[in-house]
Amino acid sequence: MSWTALLLLAAGSYALKAVGPVVVGRRPMPAGAIEVLELLSIPVLAGLVAVQTLNSGGELVVDARVPAMAVAGVLVWRRAPFLVVVFAAAGTAALLRLLA
Amino acid sequence: MTGADHRKIARTAAAIGIATGTYGISFGVLSVAAGLTLAQTCAMSLLVFTGASQFAAVGVLGAGGSAAAAIAPALLLAGRNALYGLSLVGVLRGRPASRAAQAQLVIDETTAMARAQDDAATARFAFLTTGISVFVCWNAGTALGAVAGRGLANPAALGLDAMFPATVLVPLTAAGVPILASALGVVAGLVARRRASG
Repeated sequence: MSWTALLLLAAGSYALKAVGPVVVGRRPMPAGAIEVLELLSIPVLAGLVAVQTLNSGGELVVDARVPAMAVAGVLVWRRAPFLVVVFAAAGTAALLRLLA
Repeated sequence: MTGADHRKIARTAAAIGIATGTYGISFGVLSVAAGLTLAQTCAMSLLVFTGASQFAAVGVLGAGGSAAAAIAPALLLAGRNALYGLSLVGVLRGRPASRAAQAQLVIDETTAMARAQDDAATARFAFLTTGISVFVCWNAGTALGAVAGRGLANPAALGLDAMFPATVLVPLTAAGVPILASALGVVAGLVARRRASG
């Protein structure tokens, strides 16, 4: 990858991040729009979790990540500390792949 | 917001940093394996600073794709940061220069942590502590992985690809049922699309 391409990607990524904090900034937005955006960010994040767990090259794939997330889900429900949840998820996936 | 709330948020922010730093290592390994130099790998984590896009870009390059083919999906994925930034307008305050700097920290982890708080002041504290913690750890992890290079094991064998969804899952569960419903909706969409294409 050339430096030009890398800097283009960096500029594009930053421009997207800056739409809210820089372009809109302190200008007042309609209250309804803010409410919708705040609510919308939650399903987008949830969708991201689902895609990162189930997607592999555009295909729906059930692999070691699914039981890893199930373990994470149970630990979150049991109010385990954050790092326990995250490393248990990684450990579950690693162990299942080792056994496979 | 009490001191205890502050400490709890700061502890979670530090923990998210540690997790992010760990899969930052796997990004560094994959990036140099895909042909980027050490300097380019570190520059990407500093300047692009949005993990899923970076993984997508080096994934395409590693598979032999062109730079243009790598940038397109990376920017498409980064589009969600625009939504996050807009949703955080009420949280990210300060002078224009300060807001311009905070914009670089608009990512999944910081949005999830900010959204998990009840008021704007706490959300702002959660955004900044998580952002700084992730920025430092992600870049340190990237550099470490890029230097260690192929000497390290395959990141997937270590389960590192399962760490990222788990990292976002934890703050998200504060929002409860709507999350589960929307996650199920995504799965239904993926199944429907596979049926349609198959």
